[in-house]
This record gives sequence, structure tokens and C-alpha cells, in this order.
Amino acid sequence: MTDEAHTHAEVVFKGIAAAPGIAIGPVYLYSKLVPEVNARAITPEDVPAEIERLRNANARAEKELRKIHAFAEQKLGSSSATIFEAQIMILGDTILMNTIERRIADELRNAEFIVSDEISKYKHLMLAATDEYMHERAHDVDDVMNRIIRNIQDQKLISRLEGTSVIVSETLTPADTVIFSRNQVLGYATDLGGVTSHAALLSRSLKIPAVVGLRNATRQVKTGDTVAIDGYAGMLILNPSATTRGSLDAKAARFRAFEEKLADIAGLPAETIDGKRVELSSNLEFAEEIEFAKVQGTEGVGLFRTEGLLIGRPDYPSEEEQTLVYTQIANAAYPHPVIFRTFDVGGDKLAPDTHHEENPFLGWRGIRVLLDRPEIFMNQLRAIIRASARRNVRVMFPMVATLEEVQKAKAYVRQAKEELRARGVPFDARIKIGVMIEVPSAAIMAEQLAAEVHFLSIGTNDLVQYMMAVDRGNDSVAALYQPFSPAVVRVIHHIIEAAHRKHVWVGVCGEMGGDPLATVLLLGLGIDELSVIPPVLPEIKKIIRSIKYKDARRVADKVLGMTREHDIREYLSSIIKNKVPEIPLEL
Amino acid sequence: MVERTVIIVNKAGLHTRPAAAIVKTASRYKADFTIKKGVFEINGKSIIGVMTLAAEQGSSLLLVFTGPDEEQAAEAMVELFEQGFGEN
Repeated sequence: MTDEAHTHAEVVFKGIAAAPGIAIGPVYLYSKLVPEVNARAITPEDVPAEIERLRNANARAEKELRKIHAFAEQKLGSSSATIFEAQIMILGDTILMNTIERRIADELRNAEFIVSDEISKYKHLMLAATDEYMHERAHDVDDVMNRIIRNIQDQKLISRLEGTSVIVSETLTPADTVIFSRNQVLGYATDLGGVTSHAALLSRSLKIPAVVGLRNATRQVKTGDTVAIDGYAGMLILNPSATTRGSLDAKAARFRAFEEKLADIAGLPAETIDGKRVELSSNLEFAEEIEFAKVQGTEGVGLFRTEGLLIGRPDYPSEEEQTLVYTQIANAAYPHPVIFRTFDVGGDKLAPDTHHEENPFLGWRGIRVLLDRPEIFMNQLRAIIRASARRNVRVMFPMVATLEEVQKAKAYVRQAKEELRARGVPFDARIKIGVMIEVPSAAIMAEQLAAEVHFLSIGTNDLVQYMMAVDRGNDSVAALYQPFSPAVVRVIHHIIEAAHRKHVWVGVCGEMGGDPLATVLLLGLGIDELSVIPPVLPEIKKIIRSIKYKDARRVADKVLGMTREHDIREYLSSIIKNKVPEIPLEL
Repeated sequence: MVERTVIIVNKAGLHTRPAAAIVKTASRYKADFTIKKGVFEINGKSIIGVMTLAAEQGSSLLLVFTGPDEEQAAEAMVELFEQGFGEN
């Protein structure tokens, strides 16, 4: 411990746990380094040297970008890597570069000032446009401008860290995460972002502890400060005291020991002591995540968020492009099933043809968009169905609110099959169809919906939000976001009973499915499948394997009789402490 | 000087790939190439300029070519636009 840590008070920042693990070390405050640019007069004799500086900087910037591009391509796939292609093209824009060189000579100003002035013009034009896509392009232009300026000023590439550090940043782009991960990164902490942000997903698969959504941490820590990241509880602790360090070390050791034990059960089924099987599968967004999920012992993919295909591009991918990705995932998971959820755009999720809504969560999203845009929907359905030839593919519709929506969506599936049949393409003629239950109207109509499909999957995040009328991103009401609310428990119970009456299976693919506190309850309510983020798979399996189904049923019955969220949480945590004491609960 | 009016036919408008195709085609000719959209005017041989054009599907652009091979340049460019940059 440094002496400084003793002299400064401990400060705790609460955020969202994005990737598990504990890390303690010095901060590297990574700002999107906006280099300071001052106008400086130069003499006509200086001009050749100034232009030389510019050209060298450009060459170095291009080298950096090519490296990032290659690395992103390998880690994120080629569609995500195209962001960097655009930046490389700007560096190679001879009209732009000639203009900059001419202005240096004419105006007798330093290179970085002219670069900033000239490129900013384009940036402002892009920011003035109304569509989201142009704003994204403005970021690219800004990035490339800062990269040139930084190189003119001869600052080193930021990713070349000295020693090991905890990266604290406002936000991390996929590129930042990828580049940093090559170095000795102890952990990530960001002001912005959610559990499903790209950076969070990547740090989980890279096994680097991360906490996101810390709001203003970057304004309160500086490079060299000592911090601890608790990726289990979602906390960043500045100047951790000796006591805090001790308890974090103990926690890390406890989790490590537990994780080692868990590795032993990776190959075993998710089955209770008295023989009740639950299908335990993974929620994925990128094809690259599946290998990690398999190591964690997944039995398939319970939710593949196809929106991942839309990141960093202005249009929807073609049928061919989608078929390639879906087939790759289906093959990687085989013989286990993969549930592809059709594009769930709108709400907080990006849509290539973005339009503004006052209240997007109650607006045009999920199946509503797809039914209004049959060409997009049909392209995707054909691609998913084409990936089903080995019979391990299922399709699921998001944001269903009415029975008619399901019937319309099914008609499109039939049409897609007919078209493929006419083309002579092989596919699974009996591909299973399911709906997400995440809108209260769908939850209430679960039995009627179940009669139309092969399975239901409860999306608890949205269901809780819509039932409680709470946006959990809104601090003033976030405490009312209660997945263990007696109302939510009753509705989940209703959905499961309704599905079983129609002899269809029902799963949970929301965050609640991966919450160790919910496992016994969901099991006791009769859930057939849990689809969770890969890092928590072994833990959830351990709980299932440690209890009897008949005991879980008793627990569920008791919870159904409770009327306060607090009591339900207390009771469920006492059950875990009693039955599976080795589970390190975060309450 | 040769002028041509074109309509963006591909779905995604003028994003990175079409922008790159435009610049690449324009660079094959000596003629200067300007793209005008309303009051807005950019150098068609500059990728950053073309990227700045928020030209969505259905919008029209005025292409202006000036130089010894302006006819050939115009012909090649119009063909590229009409084919939707090979994107459809």
C-alpha cells in the first residue's frame, strides 16, 4: 500500500457490476484525450518542416488505425471493424490533406491548428444533420482528427500503458476495450454504460473485472490514485482502507475457491437432487461469445440477441449476411438448440433507421417494427430458417402485446418457409416458434399465446419495468424496480401455469434468470429453462444441483403467500445461505 | 462543364462504402468533380466531403464535372449511382 492511501479518505462509487472479479491497483484515467490545440504563427521558412510533421503524424496515425482495425476484426468480426475502415479512408483523403498543407503555407499557422480547423468544419456539418447515423460519423471524424493531432504533438499511443492499471473512463468503445485488453489491464470502470453494453460483454469474455454506470467517477479520480474494483457488487472504491482491502481480498479468495469447485460441475446437467431437469442455457449477443459459454457448461443458447448484427452500420444486413452468422452460431452450439430473437430495435436499442420518439419504451419497438417493415422481417426470418437445417434452431418474437401480432408473425414464418421451399433450400420444416413475455398484456394472455406457439420466454427486465411503471435508469424511482415484487412473482407463476396447461415449455431469459436469489423460486414455480449470461452459469447450476425440487416447490408456495418484496428477498437469501452456503450472495 | 442529376436508389443512402466508391471512380478522371445538394456543395474527390452528404434514399444530387474528360467521368459516375453502388 502506498503512503498516500492512508492520508486520503476512502470514497465508494456505486455502479453496475458488469464483469465479475476483484482488482486493486493504480488508476489510469483514460479520457477521449481531446488534445489542446493552440494557434501558433510560423515563418515561411518553417513551412516545409511543419508539413513534414503533418505527413509523419498521418503515417503514424494510419499505422495505429491499421493495427486497431486488424485487432477489432479478429475480436469483434468484420462488420464491427468497418468503423475503422472509414477512419483510415479519411487519412488517405488527398483533397483534404492537400487543403490542409496549402492552408499551412498560406496562413502560416501550425499544423495541428489547421488540421483541427479544417476537419472540424466537416464534423459540424455532420452534427447539424438530423439523422443518428451522421452523428456517429461525426464521432469517427472527431476520433481521426484527434489521432492526427496527438501524433503531430508526438504523444504516445494511449494504449501503451506503463505497468498494470485500472482503466477509469467516461465510456469505452469496443476498440478501446480491445486495445487495452492486450496490455496489463486489471479492470475497467466507466461512468456510462449498462450490463449489456458492448464493453461490458467484452470484458466478461476477456475475464477482466468491470463496473459500469458509475456516473461521475472520472471527475473524482486521477491517474495514479489507488482504487479497488468490485466486479461482483458493482463498486469502485477510491483509496481503499486496509480493512476494505482485507475484505475484498477475502471475497476474491472465496469466489476463486468457489469458481474452482464450479469447474467440476461444468459437464454435469442442471438437475435437482430428486431428479428434476432444467435446461440451462446462455444469453448471447455476439457469435464470439459462444466459446466461453461452452466452457461454462451451457446447454444451448436461450436468447441470441440479433441486434448485435446492427452495431456500427447504417443498414440492415442482407439475408445472405445474416444466414452466414446464424448458421455459424447454430453449428457452434450443435447439438444444443439456439433461440434467435428477431431484431428487438427501438426502446433503448439502436435502429439503423432511427427516428425520434417521446417515449420509446412505449413506442415503436420489437415485433411492432418488424410487422410494419415486412421486408426487414422476411429477410431475417428466411436467414434464421435457412440456419435451421440441422434442426437445432428456434425463433422468438420480442415485445409481443397481442395475439394478433403472434398470428401475423407466424404467417410471415409460413411465407418465408414457402419461399425457401420454392428455392429448394433445406431447412427444418418444424422449426419451433416462441414469444417473449415481457409486456403485461402478454403475461395476462399467456395461456392464449401459449396455444399459438411452442414455447414462452419471460423477459423479466422489461416485464418488471412495465408492471411497476418504473424506468430503472431513473434514480428517483429505481428502488421501485423490484423483480421480487409479490406482483411480479404472481405474474410469473401465472405465466408458467398457463404455459403448462397448454403443454408448452416456459423459460426466463431476463436478468432474473441469472440472479442466484431467484433460482430456487423460479425452479419451485415450475420453470423449464433458465437462460443466463455465461459467467453465472456454473453458480446457477450449483444451486439447482444442491436442492430438491419438492423443497423448491415449498419455497415457491411460501413466497406466493408473501406480500412485501423485502420479506421475499430476506426469505430467499436465508434459503440460499442454508442450502447452498458456498454461494457468495450479493445483497 | 457537364451537369447531371442523380437520385440515390440504394437503401442506406450515401454511407461509407458508396462514398468510397464515388471517390474511387472520380479519381480515375482528370475532371474536377463537385456534388451539389441544395445550397450545399462538396468536392466529390474527397471522402470526408462525400461522407458529409447526408443523402438518403430518394434524395437527388447535382453532379458537376469540369475538365478534359468530363463527359466520360459523368457517364461513369451516373452509372455508379444508377446501380445503387452495387448495394441492392
